[in-house]
Amino acid sequence: MRSNGPIERDLAGSAVSGGDAGGAVGDAREAEFQALIEADQRIEPRDWMPDAYRKTLIRQIAQHAHSEIIGMQPEGNWITRAPSLRRKAILMAKVQDEAGHGLYLYCAAETLGVDRSELIDLLHQGRQKYSSIFNYPTLTYADVGAIGWLVDGAAITNQIPLCRCSFGPYARAMVRVCKEESFHQRQGFELLYALSHGTPEQHEMAQDAVNRWWWPSLEMLGPPDTESTHSAQSMAWGIKRFSNDELRQRFVDMVAPQAVVLDLVPPDPALRWNEERGHYDFGPCDFEELRRVVSGDGPCNRQRAAHHLKAHEDGAWVRAAAAAYAAKHAASAAA
Amino acid sequence: MTEEAAAPLWEVFIRSKRGLSHNHVGSLHAPDAEMALRNARDVYTRRMEGVSIWVVPSATITASSPDEKDSFFDPAADKPYRHPTFYSIPKEVQQL
Ligand SMILES: [Fe+2]
Ligand SMILES: [Fe+2]
Repeated sequence: MRSNGPIERDLAGSAVSGGDAGGAVGDAREAEFQALIEADQRIEPRDWMPDAYRKTLIRQIAQHAHSEIIGMQPEGNWITRAPSLRRKAILMAKVQDEAGHGLYLYCAAETLGVDRSELIDLLHQGRQKYSSIFNYPTLTYADVGAIGWLVDGAAITNQIPLCRCSFGPYARAMVRVCKEESFHQRQGFELLYALSHGTPEQHEMAQDAVNRWWWPSLEMLGPPDTESTHSAQSMAWGIKRFSNDELRQRFVDMVAPQAVVLDLVPPDPALRWNEERGHYDFGPCDFEELRRVVSGDGPCNRQRAAHHLKAHEDGAWVRAAAAAYAAKHAASAAA
Repeated sequence: MTEEAAAPLWEVFIRSKRGLSHNHVGSLHAPDAEMALRNARDVYTRRMEGVSIWVVPSATITASSPDEKDSFFDPAADKPYRHPTFYSIPKEVQQL
């Protein structure tokens, strides 16, 4: 017997759904799922999976997708005021990539049986979140550099291990995203380098941007391991490969020596190489601030949400017109 | 109108270069095939990743079920004689 339906989607009402398959059949499926995870194999959309695994993935992938889309706002803010045609072309390409990343991720989430429009509704209702980092304002063009170097840098640190995530469509989306992200970080670094090796005023601008973006970038990697609520289960399921604190250490180890080349000083007096540990030591993050920003009280939360809603509503007539056009042509083709 | 009705889902397949077959890369929403192709170009080929694109309405794809994968693919499992390594050939015969 074959089932009709999309290859990469879980079919509503099909036998594959849900962790509620009781009895011996349910146990066998659970065991098969566990065996696949332990063998470091990928779970594909139409495989049986526990409900909690599905829910965790929908929440995480949707949140990731929303972050890419909302993340277009702080930088998009500067496209019309780029200092040169070269910088403008670069910034447009970067922001366009972020839109693409959002779409790859919505596509991955939809394989789990949700519709993109549902996820966008949840975002608008404030019931799904996006990364804390995009609730900070971009005050100067140097912020475009700091975002590329630090924010995209932190995102890459988080995303590289996700390329081996146990859920196939998410892992494949991450492979595409990571390929594109390396240009994002390099253009940011190059921009900051140009500023920090320019006039004293330009150097000051670059330093100011790094002062403002440094801590939020460390914090965006999530709460400390002692408080992280979802981590343990996500590690057991092969969704997450490294803890938040491990990722944070990795990130600091990557950017600390780069700051020296940039001739910019991270705003952390405790930042220094620890020979014994083979890592950089760094000061404590303000996780109270992270909590505030995540729960809606960052500098730009309301503005970001309102802008997304407005763009979505302003675009409604375009979607309606395209649908009407498609319906008309389908009708005349059938006639 | 729901998004599913106004802009259904399409699966996207891309031929990355001449001589290779089209590979599945993901999906997207679009009101019709022409828009699906244009969207696919913007979403999946911003860096010359393709020389040809197919878009297929997701709802028209028929897939084998993961539930019966054992019985469905079983017939191939016990036929090692379909592989060249099944046959032992005297050493002095090279290139066979
Ligand atoms: Fe991105
Ligand atoms: Fe990026």
